[in-house]
Amino acid sequence: MLDHTGFPLEITGETTPMVSFRKVRKSYGALTVLKNLDLDIAEGEMVSIIGPSGSGKTTVLRMLMTLEQIDDGVIYVDGQPLTHMPKQGRLVRANERHLRNRRADIGMCFQHFNLFPHMTALENCMEGPVQVLGLSKAEARDRSEELLELVGMISKKDQRPSRLSGGQQQRVAIARALAMRPKVMLFDEVTSALDPEVIGEVTNVIRKLVSEHNLTMLMVTHQMGFARDISDRVCFFYGGKIEEQGPPAELFGNPQRERTQQFLSAVREAV
Amino acid sequence: MFDWKWDFVWEILPRLLVATGNTLLAAGAGYAIALVLGLVFALAQRTPYRALTFVVREFVEFIRSTPLLLQIFFVFYVGPQFGLRLSPWTSGMIAIGLHYACYLSEVYRGGIESVPRGQWEAATALNMTITQKYRRVIIPQAIPTALSGMGNYLVGILKDTPMLSVIGVAELIHVANSIGSEHYRFLEPITMVGIIFLAISLPAAGLIRLFEGRVRRKLGL
Repeated sequence: MLDHTGFPLEITGETTPMVSFRKVRKSYGALTVLKNLDLDIAEGEMVSIIGPSGSGKTTVLRMLMTLEQIDDGVIYVDGQPLTHMPKQGRLVRANERHLRNRRADIGMCFQHFNLFPHMTALENCMEGPVQVLGLSKAEARDRSEELLELVGMISKKDQRPSRLSGGQQQRVAIARALAMRPKVMLFDEVTSALDPEVIGEVTNVIRKLVSEHNLTMLMVTHQMGFARDISDRVCFFYGGKIEEQGPPAELFGNPQRERTQQFLSAVREAV
Repeated sequence: MFDWKWDFVWEILPRLLVATGNTLLAAGAGYAIALVLGLVFALAQRTPYRALTFVVREFVEFIRSTPLLLQIFFVFYVGPQFGLRLSPWTSGMIAIGLHYACYLSEVYRGGIESVPRGQWEAATALNMTITQKYRRVIIPQAIPTALSGMGNYLVGILKDTPMLSVIGVAELIHVANSIGSEHYRFLEPITMVGIIFLAISLPAAGLIRLFEGRVRRKLGL
């Protein structure tokens, strides 16, 4: 069933993508950062977004996390509209209640970690499960300790973020997001603020998630090698749209578009 | 020149101590009102309702730009014209509570705005409600920033309680003035009031600073 503007009220069928951007447009005042973005991400798929700064990469994640409102189009998560809700057979802009229902499927890690400074690593992880999901303290503690174990931070569970290094904070932030059991995880330049020697400890955690869990992941990164290693698909953003996308071996090995070639060679020179 | 009379001091001390109780009560009650109402004013200015924000902001500006004495007079003397007949204590508490609520709302606002945007975004990513965001994430981090301002206004409200004497609240200045008129001696009562204020303000300021440090450490900041 279609909305009057031509958007489906929900996406059904066996190949329903986990995330679907349909003709999404976003501008800040006169500046259009994304024009007519169409992007489907399958369940369990790991998609990396690369591109020059200002190409709208981060905005894609922020819109999906509902930190930014979109100006046009619809975003679907697990077949259901996220940015909109059905009302009398048409899609209207989502209210806070609808957003809270749909947002539960999505988790996000930020460039600057954004851990709560007044809580320990464990409390950071327990906060969402206890307050938002209504888990008992004991359940939330078990779940959080398991995840802190996964990210290798269990020995620091009672430390405040100010006592942790950047890499350690980011690993706690990953555990905190996972504690909400999202279907989709978003990684927004999670290694950009880190010292080179600790980047590995964060990327290793993400590698582990890719190989051992069936999470759908969307990652914005400047680390081409990492993106090449772990992604199922890489999207190169340029000027507010996807200039080129494909499996990492193809996109990195044999880029078709001139802009992609220029960007990749510029990045290689910088290394 | 100075004929300080100790026996007069001892004679009036009990009355001054009762008045000290009233001063502390007025400051405490006024401050309690201001703490709560100030938070309401601060949060009201952060809702998406433009009209509410506008009205509250203008009200806060109005109160902050007019003298406290005028506000006390207004509630006490003009109130009855609108059928609002209040005792000196009640009028005084309303006036001084409102006055300081407006100052405190700015202190809270500064504290809330000092919390980085990333904290709001992390709270959204955890799917918190707006109430949970304030209660669990924002306010605990806003408090350390707001504390020094809050402490200053606690001392401020204490020093402003003498204004209530003009409508007959039996606080320190009021009582000292009565004693002076009764005995034609002002030196001792007024000096004593000064010493009493000092004896309250100085330790209070020290305690506030101590408390501030403890809260900061407790919140790990």
